[in-house]
Parts: sequence; structure tokens; C-alpha cells
Amino acid sequence: MEIYELSVHELQERLTRREISAEEIVRSFLGRINKVEDKVKSFITITEESALQRAREADRKGQYLGIAGIPLGLKDIFCTRGVKTTCGSKMLADFIPEYDSTAWRKLDEQQGILTGKLNMDEFAMGSSTENSAFFVTHNPWDLNRVPGGSSGGSAAAVAAGEVAFALGTDTGGSIRQPASFCGVVGMKPTYGRVSRWGVIAFASSLDQVGIFSQDVRDSALIMNIIAGHDPLDSTSAAIEVPDYASYLDGSVKGMRIAYPKEYFGVGVDDAVKAAINKALHKYEELGAIVEEVSLPHSEYALPTYYLVAPAEASANMARFDGVRYGHRDFEALNVVDMFSQSRAQGFGDEVKRRIMLGTYALTSGYYDAYYLKALKVRRLIANDFDKVFLDYDVIISPTTPSTAFKLGEQIGDPLTLYMNDILTVPVNMAGLPGISIPCGLHNGLPIGMQIIGKAFDEGTMLKAAHAFEQNTAYHTLKPELGVK
Amino acid sequence: MIIYETVIGLEVHAELKTQSKIFCSCSTAFGAEPNTQTCPVCAGFPGTLPLLNEKVVELAIKTGLALHCEIPPISKFDRKNYFYPDSPKAYQISQFDMPVCKKGYLDIDVNGSKQRIGITRAHIEEDAGKLVHQGDITTTPFSLVDLNRCGIPLLEIVSEPDMRSSAEARAYMEKLRSVLLFAGVSDCKMEEGSLRCDANISVRPAGQKEFGTRIEIKNLNSFRALERAVEYEVKRQIEALEDGEELVQETRTWDEDKQITRSMRSKEEAHDYRYFPEPDLPPISISRERIEEIKARMPEMPEQAQMRLVRDYGLPEYDAAILTLSPETLVFFDDCLSRYPDAKVISNWMMGELSRLLNQSNQDISNCKIKPDDLVQMLRLIEDGTISGKMGKAVFEEMFADGKSPAIIIKEKGLVQISDEGSLLPVIEGIIQANPKVVEDYKNGKDKAVGFFVGQIMKSTRGQANPAMVNKLLKEKLDSL
Ligand SMILES: [Zn+2]
Repeated sequence: MEIYELSVHELQERLTRREISAEEIVRSFLGRINKVEDKVKSFITITEESALQRAREADRKGQYLGIAGIPLGLKDIFCTRGVKTTCGSKMLADFIPEYDSTAWRKLDEQQGILTGKLNMDEFAMGSSTENSAFFVTHNPWDLNRVPGGSSGGSAAAVAAGEVAFALGTDTGGSIRQPASFCGVVGMKPTYGRVSRWGVIAFASSLDQVGIFSQDVRDSALIMNIIAGHDPLDSTSAAIEVPDYASYLDGSVKGMRIAYPKEYFGVGVDDAVKAAINKALHKYEELGAIVEEVSLPHSEYALPTYYLVAPAEASANMARFDGVRYGHRDFEALNVVDMFSQSRAQGFGDEVKRRIMLGTYALTSGYYDAYYLKALKVRRLIANDFDKVFLDYDVIISPTTPSTAFKLGEQIGDPLTLYMNDILTVPVNMAGLPGISIPCGLHNGLPIGMQIIGKAFDEGTMLKAAHAFEQNTAYHTLKPELGVK
Repeated sequence: MIIYETVIGLEVHAELKTQSKIFCSCSTAFGAEPNTQTCPVCAGFPGTLPLLNEKVVELAIKTGLALHCEIPPISKFDRKNYFYPDSPKAYQISQFDMPVCKKGYLDIDVNGSKQRIGITRAHIEEDAGKLVHQGDITTTPFSLVDLNRCGIPLLEIVSEPDMRSSAEARAYMEKLRSVLLFAGVSDCKMEEGSLRCDANISVRPAGQKEFGTRIEIKNLNSFRALERAVEYEVKRQIEALEDGEELVQETRTWDEDKQITRSMRSKEEAHDYRYFPEPDLPPISISRERIEEIKARMPEMPEQAQMRLVRDYGLPEYDAAILTLSPETLVFFDDCLSRYPDAKVISNWMMGELSRLLNQSNQDISNCKIKPDDLVQMLRLIEDGTISGKMGKAVFEEMFADGKSPAIIIKEKGLVQISDEGSLLPVIEGIIQANPKVVEDYKNGKDKAVGFFVGQIMKSTRGQANPAMVNKLLKEKLDSL
């Protein structure tokens, strides 16, 4: 087995036993990047030199902190001091922040090693990473297919063994959907669990930082580092963070698992349904109580999401005006032209589409009918979950209605593309934690199972995910990629 | 002829007195080099988040209490969206439908008649930056952006349309300023822009219930500008109505040079700010305990001080009103009063000589050279007869000009009052002997004669003779002749 195929906790063990050095680890991953990156195209920026330098520093010190020597990738939405942060947009093609995002700072403090910044849909708007202003990323399981999005680069990089783990952000499914498409673990914590400081905002009331990893234990370990209150983010919760690894005991005996009937309806592929049903049986075998429930308002989640998220995005995107940073049209003759031309040139179609949607939803005269109503529906969706969680520990559903689709297949059809998030969006609307784990293959493409937890109870969710993983082998399946 | 009634409401922006900005730790100091007081947060860089300065909420609550407002247990922030180069996020974090203070009032006094002006609301918001044009805004080839002011905390205080004249508008503004100063929430320096005012003005035929067409006037940066702009605008609106024109709702700006208002934009061109709740900041929750705790620490407000001066020291209402216009004036008075017992005497000197000299030299009591201790020393010297009241005025001017203590000035100028008989008698006798004709007049009962003698005596002693003693000795001498 190659070093780059090892999980974070396996790498940690070998490093602690001094069987390998940080530099060897980083070299193995950089070698893998060299071999497969031209096929996968997950990186916008590769920080090879500083990665090696940091690895050697860790080796020299001889005392390894939490994730010393572990190569990681960051979705290019995380601000990294001194390293270009593009957010997948021409607007920020040359933007180098002077500050670090809190999540990255915490990983850095534990000697985690940044190997690069990963591709994404522009400003995290999209479900295929095809909205990147730079290039498309390919699904390592089938290079003609999309990796999902918006954190497609993160999912593909972990699936292809280019990084040991990666961070992404999830606003409506942007971690869980690509994790499902790429056959890796993708976890979105509770809204407020991980600081958003330094993460370029898409929809501030929905955005949440999360993790892509090879297995559930790795997600728990990284959660232990990045979770917790940040005084710089007023929406981060001052709620105690448990040791997530302590939940991973492999047992779900007596655990109460609900599956919402609405999440198995029209539009969900039979193969996907079959895989999830099989998984639910597995849980029963393992001693869990599995019962059907109803989340009646979830069907309104998608239209609600497409009012709330674009509304917030329309304001969040407004700062990109060409005045202080980012793309500016220097040909413009007056300030209004400078604004509009810089934005016309700097933003892609999907970003413009959502700015228009959001601006419309907030326009006076429409506000009550759209935005305000959406907030009320959002409350109803959350109430449904609250009710189910009175009786159940976790909720299980498919992560996506289908497996990865072909590049170019849906790009001209935004509505079909939006349907990809139909099963993940309700979780963001309710602010709950959700994780997608591999639970099968169909025609050689991974299927993801979504496990939803109670607010701030990521531990129980991880416990359920880990128990499934311990009793199945789906997470050990790796894409061929034609290179060994 | 139709008689028109003027209706005025004011929106006042007061800069709250904090060390650091509202959502970041940048300094709020005035007058620094452009863009030296900025950071990624107030410059609106991607990925940054606002962090509310708690001091801002405290000052807002204080203001609310000073203006007799309700302080709701929950208020929240909203985004007000508009593009402008001095607004880095292209939205201003403000408060829309749940302000921190609402439903208060302010009592004003115009020519002796008291009036209560309603306060609709007061809400917290961040200030924008400043554009530096190269000459005129319409012809400037480019403009520079200074973000030092961006993120300075403001409280926007909105009145009810309760004012009916420019004098009332001015009185409201002056009273509001003194309340904000006493509460210690703002420096209220209009010349530095830390207190700014927009006015909503309409006219209607007297007796009509509905309001007339409302015109908003911006850029009123002094009490005088406010007064003049209201007068100009009322006249303009009445003339337009009399000419049969229909007024349109619009925003106008006060042109200080031409002393006129000019149209800025019509209602159709008005911004749709697309307010929505600020997702980066949780709602502000304010407990009853917190309000009580702040209430207990509230400094004395101008009205309370006024009452104290009238009730405890027997000052006339007029004196009390003047002495409570600014906290510095009141502190000066109180400081004097702690060292010298006669409130009315202090008040007379402050309202008379001190106020005259301050006005003449365009100075403020807080930076004038006379300190309370100096004034008290001088009052003592008058009281113990070292100098006369008249001499006091001359000494006071010297004190004001160069800050010397009264004792030193008196010594330097040899200005001591002559109060001993031995020195005064020869002078008095000499003048009586030199003027037998006037002595005759005195004997014949002409009162003017005494005045003549006193004048001569004062003249020959360069005003230093103790007037009371001169009177006494002169009378004795004349009667003994
Ligand atoms: Zn700042």
C-alpha cells in the first residue's frame, strides 16, 4: 500500500512510531498529485514548496502535534494568508489575502500541511464544479463525469489520493453531494459549530465549513481540531465540543433511526433507493430500531433555499465592485460603469443568475411574498426535524437522487442541476449536521448515504456512520484512475 | 389668503463616543492620514465578519434612557444595500424594523414656551467612508476613497414631525446636543461631522389634517444651516403652492454658499435599499437588569441639573438654562460653587463677563484660560475689599487673555484697592479744598455734588479707592465743614 492511500489516523500512527517522516508523507502525496492531477484537475493552486518546507520543519522539531505532516487541501474559498484565494472566480483570480480563515489556522497550528487550494464552483454556486472560472474537475471514478459541487475539487482530491483530507463548505449540499459522487466521507457540522471567519461568504445563514475524508474516524479527528467557538464569528456557537473520537465504538444497538418517506420518492433512482434500503437493513441487523417517518415540509426546501440563499448572496457579492481588490475594468469612464463592467466581466453566469434572483426576492413590494415567506417556511422545515428528533437519534436518506452525471450533461439546465440538492438542502435550512458516507456502487459509480443528526450532536451521527463503516467495506473501494 | 403651517421632522446622526469602530478594532480618532485606520473588516474584504463593539450598545441604551425611550428586549441588525465607492461592503449594517430605542421624547423651550417633541426611534448603524474629489464632483477626473471613517458607530435619532418653525427645529437640535453631551455618548462636534442632521419639511394650510408633500433636506451641518434651510424651504414650498404648482416628494441638499436648497433626486429615483436581516450578527438582547444597571450609572441630565440650580441655589430659571447648555459649563459652575458660596454671583460672572469674552474670542469654556479656581480667587479679592468690582472686570480680562492668577495681575499692575483712612483722607481733603464752589452746592442740597467729588477722588486714585469707604469718609468730611 502506498503512503498516499493511508487514512489520517493511519498516517498519524506511523509518524508517531517514527516509521515514516513528515517529509516522506508529503513527498508521497506530491508524487501522487504529479501522477494524476492532469486527469483529475482538482487543484487551482499547488503549494508544493511550502508544503515540503513545513514537513521538514516538523521533522526537525521532532515533536509532532495533532496532524503533523498530514497533507491537506482547502477549497479555494478559505482565505489563506499569502496564498492566492480565488473562490473559483475571475473576480478574485489574483487575490492574495493578508489573513487566515480560522479553520485553516487551527489546522496549521496542529502542523497540518497545506498542499494546495482546490477547485470549486464560482463562489460555491453550483453542483458540478463546472461553474469554476478556470477549468472543470473530473470525477476520479469516471473522468467523463462531474465530481459534484460546489466543493468538487475537495471531493475529487480526497478520492484520488492527492490529499489525506480536505476542507469544503456546504450551503445546500456542497460537501455531501460531491462526497457522494466521489465515494468519500463528507461531513457538514451543525451551523455555528465551525467558525466561518475567513471563509468567503455565499449565503451567510447557511454556509458551514466541513470535512472530506477517507473514513469516518478521520472526520471525527479533524472535527476535534476545527470545531468550537470563535470570538471572530458571532454566529459560531459557544457550546462545548466533545471528543468526537470517543463516540466511535462501532455499536448502534438500540439506536433509533428514522427514514423519511419523502426522501425516497419520485426522482430518486431505483439503484440509489435499493442501496439505502440495504443499508437500513444492515442497521437493523446491527441492533438499531429503524422506522419510517414523515418530514412533510421538506418538499418546499428547494424553492425556499432558492429565495434565501440568493437573497443573502446578492448582498454578499456586492462588495466585489472593483474598488479595493479583485477584477476592475480600467477602461470604464465613470464610477457607475466601473461597477457594472467590472462585475459583468468578473462574474460568471450562475453567479449573475443568483444575484438577480436574490435582488428580485428582496425588492420592496416582493419582500413579504418571497423572502419573508421563505423564512417562515424555513421554520416549518426545521420544526419537522425537531419533531422527529424527539423520538429518534438520527435520520437516514440518500444523499443525492442519482450517481454522478456526465460533464456538460446538466450545465445548460439550471433547474435540473438544482434538483441535485433536493435531499441535502433541508438539512441546511434546519441548520443540522449531516454526513454522507459511501454505501454502494452502481455501474461503477459511488452511491452516498446521508445521516442527519440533532443540532450540536455530531457525535451520535458519527457513531452511526462509523458503525456502518465498520461492518461494510464500501469506504475501502478506490477509483482505478488508470495509474498505479 | 391661506395661512400655512410648517411641519418639520429631524433625522439626526450622532457619532457614538467609542475608542474603536463598531465592528472591528480600528481607532475612531479624527483627522488621521487617509486609510491609516482601516483593516480587512472595515474595508469589506472577502471572508471577514463583523464583531459588535459592546460599548456601542451601552451608549445607545444611555441615549435611549436620556431621551425617555423604550428599550425593547430584542433588537436586530439589517443590511441596507446600495453601491457607492465609500461603502466597502456595498451594504451598510443598520437597523430597520427593530431599532434599539423607540418611542421617546425631548422637551424644548422656545421663547419661554415649553414643547414636547416626540422621538420615533433611534437606531445603531455604521458610518461610510469619504470620497475625496479632485475639485468639483461633476468634473473630477478621478476620486480617492478614504475609509478611516468607515465603521464609526452612529446613532440615528428620528423625531416625530412635531416641530412647527425653524426656531423649534433649532431649539430641538440644541437641546438634543446638550442631552447627548451630558449623557457622554457623543462629542457632537458638528464641524467634524460627529453630529449631522437631515430635515423633513412640508407645509399645509392651517387646520388641514393631512400632511403636505414631504421634502427631505440633506447636508445641514450647523444650527444656522438648519435654521436657514428650513426658512428657505418653507418659503419656497409656499410660493410654489401659491403659484399653483404641485410639489413632488424629493430629496434636496442645502447649498451653504448660495444659501438655497437644490434638488438631488426625486421619489422615482429613490433607492430601494432591499433591507433584510443581517445574517452575520445575532439579535441584540438587552435584559431589564442591564438597563437598570446603566440607568443607575446615568450622569445628571440638563433638565435635572436645571432643577437643582433653581431649587438648591435659588438661581432664576433663565440662569439655570444657560448654565446647563453644555456639561463643561455646568462643571465649571459646580466647581466654582464648591469653593465659593454665592451661586448668583458666580452665575453673573459666568453669564456676563465670561460668556462675553468667550463669544468675542470664539472660544469654548473647556479650553479657556480661566479656571474655576481663578474666578473664585477673584471673587474673594472683591469680597474682602482688595479690589473693587469694577477693578475685577479689568483683572478678569487680563486673566482671560493670559491665564495669570488674579493676585499676580493685581500685584503686577499695582491694582490694590485703597481702603485705609490714612491714605484716603489727604486725597479727599485736597479735592474738597480745591473745589469750594461745589462744597457750596452740597450745602445747598444739590445731590450731584457728591457724585462730582467721588468721580474726582476715583480719578486721582486711578480707580483704586474703596468706593464704600470714599462715600463714608467724604460724607463725614463734608458734613463736618
Ligand atoms: Zn477596521
